[in-house]
Amino acid sequence: MDYGHVDVENLKATELTLGVPGAEETDKMPTPRAGSKRAHAGDHHEEEPKAALPAAKAQVVGWPPVRSYRKSCFQQQSSSKSKATAPGEVQKQEVPAVSVVAATPPAAVGSGGSLFVKVSMDGAPYLRKIDLKMYKGYRELREALEAMFLGFSNDAASVNPSDFAVTYEDKDGDLMLVGDVPFEMFMSTCKRMRIMKGSEARGLGSSKE
Amino acid sequence: MSEEDEDQAPPKRPRATPPPDQVLDNVLETVLQFLAAPRDRSAASLVCRSWHRAESATRVSLAVRNILAASPARAARRFPNAHHILLKGRPRFADFNLLPPGWAGSAFRPWAAAFASAAFPALRSLSLKRITVTDDDLDLLARSLPPSFRELSFLLCDGFSSRGLASIASHCRGLRVLDVVDCEMNEEEDDEVSDWVAAFPRGHTNLESLCFDCFTPQVPFAALEALVARSPRLRRLGVNQHVTLGQLRRLMALTPHLTHLGTGAFRPGDAAEDQGLDLAQILNAFSSAGRANTLASLSGFRDLAPEYLLTIATVAAANLTTLDLSYAPVTPDQFLPFIAQCRNLETLWVLDSVRDEGLEAMASFCKKLQVLRVLPLDAHEDADELVSEVGLAAISEGCRGLRSILYFCQRMTNAAVITMSHNCPELKVFRLCIMGRLQPDHITGEPMDEGFGAIVRNCSKLTRLSTSGRLTDRAFEYIGKYGKSVRTLSVAFAGDGDLALQHLLQGCSKLEKLEIRDCPFGDAGLLSGMHHFYNMRFVWMSGCNLTLQGCKEVARRLPRMVVELVNSQPESERTDGVDILYMYRSLEGPREDVPPFVKIL
Repeated sequence: MDYGHVDVENLKATELTLGVPGAEETDKMPTPRAGSKRAHAGDHHEEEPKAALPAAKAQVVGWPPVRSYRKSCFQQQSSSKSKATAPGEVQKQEVPAVSVVAATPPAAVGSGGSLFVKVSMDGAPYLRKIDLKMYKGYRELREALEAMFLGFSNDAASVNPSDFAVTYEDKDGDLMLVGDVPFEMFMSTCKRMRIMKGSEARGLGSSKE
Repeated sequence: MSEEDEDQAPPKRPRATPPPDQVLDNVLETVLQFLAAPRDRSAASLVCRSWHRAESATRVSLAVRNILAASPARAARRFPNAHHILLKGRPRFADFNLLPPGWAGSAFRPWAAAFASAAFPALRSLSLKRITVTDDDLDLLARSLPPSFRELSFLLCDGFSSRGLASIASHCRGLRVLDVVDCEMNEEEDDEVSDWVAAFPRGHTNLESLCFDCFTPQVPFAALEALVARSPRLRRLGVNQHVTLGQLRRLMALTPHLTHLGTGAFRPGDAAEDQGLDLAQILNAFSSAGRANTLASLSGFRDLAPEYLLTIATVAAANLTTLDLSYAPVTPDQFLPFIAQCRNLETLWVLDSVRDEGLEAMASFCKKLQVLRVLPLDAHEDADELVSEVGLAAISEGCRGLRSILYFCQRMTNAAVITMSHNCPELKVFRLCIMGRLQPDHITGEPMDEGFGAIVRNCSKLTRLSTSGRLTDRAFEYIGKYGKSVRTLSVAFAGDGDLALQHLLQGCSKLEKLEIRDCPFGDAGLLSGMHHFYNMRFVWMSGCNLTLQGCKEVARRLPRMVVELVNSQPESERTDGVDILYMYRSLEGPREDVPPFVKIL
């Protein structure tokens, strides 16, 4: 997958500036674009990779004026429901280095309870929280993380997801590489996650990548 | 509270004459006890000194709507008999991450100390809104508040965890109300979460209201069930999303007289209580034991299983006046058969997933509707359009008694807003959020000036207005000219220049709260309001074109105004321009605990 088209405007995603929107030439005044519509609950269609990355759009802080708790409530639901169904998959243990945003089927969302963990990424200005129960396996998890965090690339050059390693802190406080244990076990022991630059993670990595 | 100088000594009387107004004072106090409305009380207190004294002595409900405006010592001196105290902290825009955290983290501390030292000996009830409260504060309160203390409610607060709740539960024996609503409690490791539900004392409790819908960790169900079982006075119960439908049913069986129920997930789960659960059982839970006659308010539905929605229909039909479905993304076909039953609804919060058709149906059935919120499922600027001007117009046709509306949409037309202004003359609150910034009327291409103008012109009772979409100075001319009752105004990404702000500040004579973000307003606009600022509770302007000089000018000329300049990006140096101006009147002058990103002029 080619991430070379991640455009400069994504850099502004985390900047606050003074002045009226439109005074600059950025896309701070987006008009609804058909191509960039987010797939909604129940829709099934092949998505362009960019359209599937919610974080890629220039977001203004605090707009629309909806509390972040509400925003995050439904973000999880709509992002997992929006993937087209595909034949069921066997749980894979490996974490693919580069993933194409092809769908994996989520089962019916939610059965009482959720498992929110914080996710940080080196170099990103703020953390995210995800509900581990929303994901059936490592593949979906990886896709969701890429969708969330690729908007933060500091580098206009193409961002290669394989440069990053996803790690987590388990119940004992140890830093582990995501993907070694069965997903169920991972879910029950993961306390928080951290996406590190590949160079740092080399000591942890398996040879699968 | 008024700006009146309280430190002046009363005039001296010749000793020989007994105070003639002693009797008058007693009569006044007796009479004033019947005066409840805050504005009436304020008015009464300004008549003369003896009225001021009498009103202060008899004020039972004290509302400090800006915690930074008055110190607890001052409040206690003036209102020693306060039973209920309401404290409000952060400005509302902080809810949307516009204010860095830690802006006024210790504002509550002196109040906690005051309560602990019985500065308000008659204190029974405390309501906190948008305030940072720590576990230590709660622990202090729990250990020092008298047994007569009954009610504690938190709305949009933060800074505490289950540990604080456990302190309250275990020490406040007479507690009747513990409501934790929309709070962002501190994260805790699973094994550190306190079982505050089990911390309530053994034996019967006096609990009448227990709401913890926003509490993120799971509450052990056995403890919850046991608590509910020994709280015979419980009338309001709001559980969090971990409580399954089967568990809810068990709780409902223990509380036949509930008036309000926060339903948790509203979905069967894996708990023991969900074994063999079916629709009939839930239907029965909602329609038996005279439930239909008592249950008036429902919320929760945090993970709604849509097939269960109709089980509440019998209750809905009979007595339900308040319904919060704003966490349940129901589709029109799930919503239509349900809403047809809800003839008595007065307050409804829904998501825009019900679409225009859902709103049309709602408008045709819910004739008594007064308060409506249509919240976005996908709160982004270019999300799919689910509701539009069609929904708004339908609402106005059907719900003529509408008093308050908050409507999120992607696009709107002036025509629909104008229609609403004619059909709903009772409107007091009109908040329209067109999520696409600077969107004009999408059919005519014109700015939304005429729509908002019609609202202020035709809705004479309007006290609160939030604008959105493309607006020129003309819209503000209308608001200034016709919005004579408007007290709260929120403006975002609108206007052409200073003239717009001038229209507002010079026209809206009752304006008390002004929130502005990202508008091309500068110092000239700000300074046009100097004559009025002391009549206002606060002014917030962020992302505008103010300069340090202009703000300094305001601070210089209005010494009782605390003028705070906040840097919303503490990491980066801001050399030019003003990021956030937040100014408020205060009797205490500039506060001491100022974080590094705040500068007080």
